[in-house]
Amino acid sequence: MSGVADNAAFAAALLDPGRPAPPGLVSWNGSDPAQRFAVYRNNVTTSLIDALSETFPVVRQLVGATFFRAMAREFVRRSPPRSPVLAWYGDLFADFVAAFPPAAGLPYLADMARLEYARVLAFHAADVAPAAVADVAACLAEPVILPSLRLHLQPSLRLIDSPFAIVSLWGAHQGVGDLATIDPLQPECALVLRHGLSLAVMTVPPAAGRFIAALQSGAALGDAVREASTEDAPFDPTPALGLLIAHDLLVGVGQSPGQQGEQP
Amino acid sequence: MGDVGKPRPAFATARCGEASLPAAAGLGLKPEHFGDVLETKPALGFFEIHAENYMVPGGPFHHYLGRIRSDHALSIHGVGLSIGGEAPLDEVHLDRLAALIDRYQPESFSEHLAWSSHAGTFYNDLLPAPFNAATLRRVCEHIDRVQSRLRRRMLLENPATYVEFAASDRDEATFIGEVVACTGCGLLLDLNNAYVSCTNHGRDVHAYLRALPLAAVGEIHLAGFAREVDSLAAPLLIDSHGAPVAEAVWALYEEALRLIGPVATLLERDNDLPAFPVLLAEALQAGRRLDARRALHPLRAQAA
Repeated sequence: MSGVADNAAFAAALLDPGRPAPPGLVSWNGSDPAQRFAVYRNNVTTSLIDALSETFPVVRQLVGATFFRAMAREFVRRSPPRSPVLAWYGDLFADFVAAFPPAAGLPYLADMARLEYARVLAFHAADVAPAAVADVAACLAEPVILPSLRLHLQPSLRLIDSPFAIVSLWGAHQGVGDLATIDPLQPECALVLRHGLSLAVMTVPPAAGRFIAALQSGAALGDAVREASTEDAPFDPTPALGLLIAHDLLVGVGQSPGQQGEQP
Repeated sequence: MGDVGKPRPAFATARCGEASLPAAAGLGLKPEHFGDVLETKPALGFFEIHAENYMVPGGPFHHYLGRIRSDHALSIHGVGLSIGGEAPLDEVHLDRLAALIDRYQPESFSEHLAWSSHAGTFYNDLLPAPFNAATLRRVCEHIDRVQSRLRRRMLLENPATYVEFAASDRDEATFIGEVVACTGCGLLLDLNNAYVSCTNHGRDVHAYLRALPLAAVGEIHLAGFAREVDSLAAPLLIDSHGAPVAEAVWALYEEALRLIGPVATLLERDNDLPAFPVLLAEALQAGRRLDARRALHPLRAQAA
């Protein structure tokens, strides 16, 4: 194997700047092949850092371009893409950020990365027609079957329950609200969705977040309400259902397990 | 077109009547320009997309591509199949590609003579391989597999490279000719890549051009490069797709059109993206050169 620039030798040197260039490379004029190999090294690392920059623009703004590129470079070396579909590159970035010691001073950075990745997932999620309002209304008007109803939600819908004010911080970086007035330690439950072609990021009360998460995991309406309730605060699902309907997030209503005829 | 005594893959029988790109200027479709394209319906022969960018379930990319595709011919250009790699093709990725091609029915599908994945990692670059019998066998097997899975002929793009291999035992143009002869695939002639590689390796680009299987060219790519130097201060050109087409590449384009006749020509721009009218004007420069050549090549123009 030694002396041959096979894929393994070439690949190993691409992401590890400590390694020498692979063996077996030549140049027409006797110039240093390692310096030429560095073009590939730079292409790989820079293009992947650029891909992360596109996916995580607010994380980049929060830490500055120089810090972001250094952090992303470290991530690229440790977790290069496993797929040629780069839209999904960055699914492991938030966990990496959470454990990246130089970023420890910004404890909300990892959840901001989760929010931004959720936006990518929502942006590219499958297109599913919303359930007809009349069908939803008819089902919700039947008190007997109400607790056993199963509501199917848009695949674009994402929830991030954070101990930090990630929605307010994200909004301030879109020119909404004043960064100086935000307390980053205020918990926020973020709802990310796509309505038509447009992404939306909003906060929902924690109980509504638990309710929607339960529906997403397939719980019947009655179980989802119980999930969202606490001993001293029974959960009223009306506002949350109103929000789901207003944003076309209900795509199907089924009556019980085994009868989920409208599941996408 | 070259032909050797090897059984032709099954797809070849379906080639009659297969759609092809018009011999006109086209442009790489960028999401930043979706709105411009829909509003202005520019007089371009086709648009080209990078396949991998559209391997997502739904959302705005598919919404806009569907509408733009209904107005224009489409080329789907893959950047992640790793045809030049040592490992077998990624069948999951090939399935994604087949689904995309089923959905949009493009007039052309093309990929690169390069590798980009190894041992489960995707490197997001077009990496080189030596030109020898072992690489030839693998590349031909991979192209046979792609063409039988997709049930269509593909175009293979000549690479831009920065290093050469001691293990190469033939030149690049000869290698490409062998691949075309063995697989029946077409050639996507990237003139920027040709100019970049010939400059980087001290080759005569005019001789290189004439040594290629030019009868198999189904599309030309034009793009811009960046200038660096190697350790001996000789030019080292980088295929950056981040600048206008260089004068030397326009001259090479005129030369290629004289040899081949009018053929679908794409202006590629992926970095430092200018406003849509600027890119359109550059693509239409290619269109004018095609028109001028068409006047001299009436037969080829009709065949296209």
